[in-house]
Amino acid sequence: MKLEVKNLEKKFKNFTAVNNVSFCINEGETLGVLGPNGCGKTTTIGMLLGLIKPSNGKILIDEENFENLNREKVLSKFNFASPYVELPKKLTVKENLEIYGRLYGVKELSKRIQEISKDLNLESFLNKKTGELSSGQKNRVSLAKSLINYPKILFLDEPTASLDPDIGDFVRKYIEEYKSKNKISILLASHNMREVERLCDQVIMMKEGKIVDSGTCKSLIDKHGRNNLEDTFLKLARNKNELE
Amino acid sequence: MNWNKVYGLSLRHFYLIKSSFPRILDLIYWPSIQIFLWGFISKFFTLSSSYYNNTVGVILSAAILYDFLFRSSISYNMMFLEEIWSRNFTNLFISPIKIKEIIAALTLTAMVRTLIGMVPAALLAIPLFGVSIFKIGLPLISLLLSLYVFGITLGLLVTSGLIRFGPSFENIAWASLFFLAPLGCIYYPIEILPEWLQIVAKILPLVHIFEEMRNILINDIISYTQIFLAIAISIFYFVLGVIVFYFSYAGAKIRGTLINVGE
Repeated sequence: MKLEVKNLEKKFKNFTAVNNVSFCINEGETLGVLGPNGCGKTTTIGMLLGLIKPSNGKILIDEENFENLNREKVLSKFNFASPYVELPKKLTVKENLEIYGRLYGVKELSKRIQEISKDLNLESFLNKKTGELSSGQKNRVSLAKSLINYPKILFLDEPTASLDPDIGDFVRKYIEEYKSKNKISILLASHNMREVERLCDQVIMMKEGKIVDSGTCKSLIDKHGRNNLEDTFLKLARNKNELE
Repeated sequence: MNWNKVYGLSLRHFYLIKSSFPRILDLIYWPSIQIFLWGFISKFFTLSSSYYNNTVGVILSAAILYDFLFRSSISYNMMFLEEIWSRNFTNLFISPIKIKEIIAALTLTAMVRTLIGMVPAALLAIPLFGVSIFKIGLPLISLLLSLYVFGITLGLLVTSGLIRFGPSFENIAWASLFFLAPLGCIYYPIEILPEWLQIVAKILPLVHIFEEMRNILINDIISYTQIFLAIAISIFYFVLGVIVFYFSYAGAKIRGTLINVGE
């Protein structure tokens, strides 16, 4: 599934949160969205998930305008995971997966829950309440929820934030393998530059609602004469003149 | 309407109720306390008031019916607030569920939550005070239905406010029913109100419901016109509530508030 964004804009009264943003994620590709806090990443993701109505611009799903498509049909092919959005804490992991499986209309749900639990090592705490889990376990449950419906486009907002290096690596490896196996498109918002370098085919850098640069990680590093993506990010985020 | 999705969302709330004994206890506790309080007040009134002296339990029956309205509205609000408190709001609204399916799921689940609290309370009133709301007979179903629809409507309006203004609107959720109670003529006849306020009260279904309840219990007369009016007004407000909810949702998408609810 291909996701294309053309001249996307969101204005809140006099404040422009997202300003003329355009990008494309081809099938099987991962796009990294980088930028300092408040640069418009969340608003952009919100518009792509149908939570925020854009002021201007188009969101195209396989060349068709999202606005003209059936919202529920499109959303059944999307999913989202973020450590800042939680699942009901009083419910067990299995109950949460069952509920979201039903909401996404997943067929053979028990089999799917079993499958994803095995893949993400959730089996030992499947019947434990979600609120009682460690952050690493919660993170994997959130990822399981985001994959329950075999999404064609996956939105990940800082998927490894607050994870120890071992679990972080497990999650990154799993995403890598899942993507290559299922040919899904991923939009990844992250502050972890090594993660972005490892997972993303293309990167866009945002600042104050605008895309200030884009390309592959290597091309951006080379273009700005830095040794790694983190230094490139810092240069772009801090130096206003460099951007203009 | 996809009933599997409605069931899925309802399941979320059933699991929540099932998972916690204090939660079930809380559902039963407050209606039962109301029964005790109003049971004794009712007993005192029946002994001391000429208006009520031949009809034991009119006040208690009114208290039970009012609590049914209160519980149905609060149940609806609570389930919506539950999504905000658990920071699950975004997950729910990005799932492929229609707004009408969310409303249907909350409406059906609110009924279960209400009944968990109200059935024990109504049964408790029989041995404790010799008062049974079932004495109202078949019209009771219509009165409860009307109360339920109106309770859900108030829930819809409050949740619209929560979507529009965020969790700060939570206090209104608790205050909304108390605001309407004086106009509902729950414990007194409509004639007590000043004439201009009687006109306002009559555009609410509550007056018709509670007047009819007293009519049946005190005069042993059933007015089908009054019952029909109560249901019709409740349905009218329900449709209005649904429209307000849809507008509020559309407005929240423009203002971008959906993504911040619960944070």
